[in-house]
Amino acid sequence: MNGADGHKADTPKVAYTQRSRMNRIVDHLKRDWQLYVLLLPTIIWLVVFLYKPMYGLQIAFKDYSIFKGVANSPWIGFEHFETLFSSEGFMRALRNTIAISFWSLVIGFPVPIILALMFNEILNRRYKSTAQTIVYLPHFISSVIIAGIVITAFSPSAGIVNTALSWFGIDPIYFLTRPDWFRPIFIGTTIWQEAGFQSIVYLAAIAGVSPTLYESAVVDGASRWQMMWKITIPCILPTLIIMLIIRIGNMLEVSFEMIILLYQPSTYETADVVNTFIYRQGLQNGQYDFAAAAGLFNAVVAFVLVIGANSIAKRYSRTSLW
Amino acid sequence: MANLNLYSAGDKRFVIVNMILIAIFTVSTMYPFIYIGSLSFSSGFAARAGQVILTPIETTFEAYKYILSQRMFWVSYGNTFIYTIFGTLCSLLFLIPGAYALSRPQLFGRRFFNLMVAFTMWFNAGLIPFFLNMRDLGLLDSYIGIIIGFAVNGFNLILLRNFFEGVPSSFEEAARMDGANDFQVLWKVYVPLAKPAIATVALFCLVSRWNGFFWAMVLLRDEDKIPLQVYLRHTIATLSNDDEFSATLIDAPYSVETVSAAIIVCSIIPVIIIYPFIQKYFEKGILMGGVKE
Repeated sequence: MNGADGHKADTPKVAYTQRSRMNRIVDHLKRDWQLYVLLLPTIIWLVVFLYKPMYGLQIAFKDYSIFKGVANSPWIGFEHFETLFSSEGFMRALRNTIAISFWSLVIGFPVPIILALMFNEILNRRYKSTAQTIVYLPHFISSVIIAGIVITAFSPSAGIVNTALSWFGIDPIYFLTRPDWFRPIFIGTTIWQEAGFQSIVYLAAIAGVSPTLYESAVVDGASRWQMMWKITIPCILPTLIIMLIIRIGNMLEVSFEMIILLYQPSTYETADVVNTFIYRQGLQNGQYDFAAAAGLFNAVVAFVLVIGANSIAKRYSRTSLW
Repeated sequence: MANLNLYSAGDKRFVIVNMILIAIFTVSTMYPFIYIGSLSFSSGFAARAGQVILTPIETTFEAYKYILSQRMFWVSYGNTFIYTIFGTLCSLLFLIPGAYALSRPQLFGRRFFNLMVAFTMWFNAGLIPFFLNMRDLGLLDSYIGIIIGFAVNGFNLILLRNFFEGVPSSFEEAARMDGANDFQVLWKVYVPLAKPAIATVALFCLVSRWNGFFWAMVLLRDEDKIPLQVYLRHTIATLSNDDEFSATLIDAPYSVETVSAAIIVCSIIPVIIIYPFIQKYFEKGILMGGVKE
């Protein structure tokens, strides 16, 4: 800010004409050209790989042909969107997306919080760090491997799950071909993979709680159970609420990579989400324009949710202690 | 908190129950990996009969022998190394200078550029336009496409920028006094100071490159260019669907299950090797990145 303020002091306010503005910019470029050289590759990258596709989104309103390209394909207005909202496939994908993220949230959101609270109650440092090392690990394993493990473990012929069921006299269940089992398996897998890692944020919040609160509670004869409910949880509540808002903002971001790896035609009715629908219609069937329309709808809704969540979180964190 | 004075004798039951619950959670995280490991060393017969529960049954290396004799296994493993190493280097080449420039308060238009970065995290054009763009750029089926096309990511850029912003300006001023220009300030002052943050970002890149699957599957047609994860996916899918392959396995010392398990083990090993380094940095990393924007 030093440079900018210096210039303001030199120039009287009346002289703020278009020309002096230009001069100022030229001055900045002259002085900081090296910074722009450092910045340029990143900006070019963003434009070429992320902003150019946004320009390409216009095919959602066009009858896209590979030969004519993005710019020269004819406009057709909202035709793709009309097809989209009257297509059972897309509506099903939309319902599935909402259902899967809703249940992931309801079941998956409390798990890392409980885990962090439990870690916090472990007094043996080595035990704690060993346990943490292990539960963070699945986050770093690829979805292909996780899916591979799931497929192997739930295999009807030799998987451990069906072996275990056979001990209780239950006949093998073809878990991955049954629509009613897809969501429990998918949601369980993602919780298993991510809960440990997500607990880090809450552990950090717990570490920030003032020790004097606990000390005075001990003087009053509080048990650890009481301290957890009366001190720890109220103190991390702001973090908790912010994480919840962010999570709701990212509702549409179902990990579709994992779904692609785990679903199959027989489970589409409960497993197919918007992104897997786009993948099949666009990348596998070549209906680029139609799939791009579905993608645009998805992106706009996600954008509104994220921006909404961010501004609520910001307003909330300003009024809270956090 | 780990202060023993804070914990009275009456809490013993609570603490013990808690330790047991944590143990259960930890074991249930570990178990699938142990199961897969044991499966990979078991005989095909034992695996098919569902006898493997905890330890290898009829210990054998046949599944590994089969996998290691597949040409595609080695080709894809080599490709993954190429994508991981060059991809990470490429990311750092963009991210370090970019994040440094964005962190400088004197950069004119800084707010605009930062917004430009943040916007990419809020709004995503989606799969189709990204794919068509890669095709128009001629980056389908190419090493370069995979390496450059995923180099920058808003989260990593902001994480590194926040770190640079946190460096006291006295460091820069001292270097300026000695006549250093922006390039020198970055290279001689900020890069050495930011080593932990750069290591964090580098490890994030390494892991996401190693694990990357979806876009490699979509963008690469040529079998000789696919990374390990795509090969792994193909193999598991064909192994478990292909009845002909299964039929040839009736008498084989390995089975669909043991072969899949062996590939999984082979592709996990490098992640396990660098995991201690990742662990050292990532906790700081996700907290740094989460603070702002």
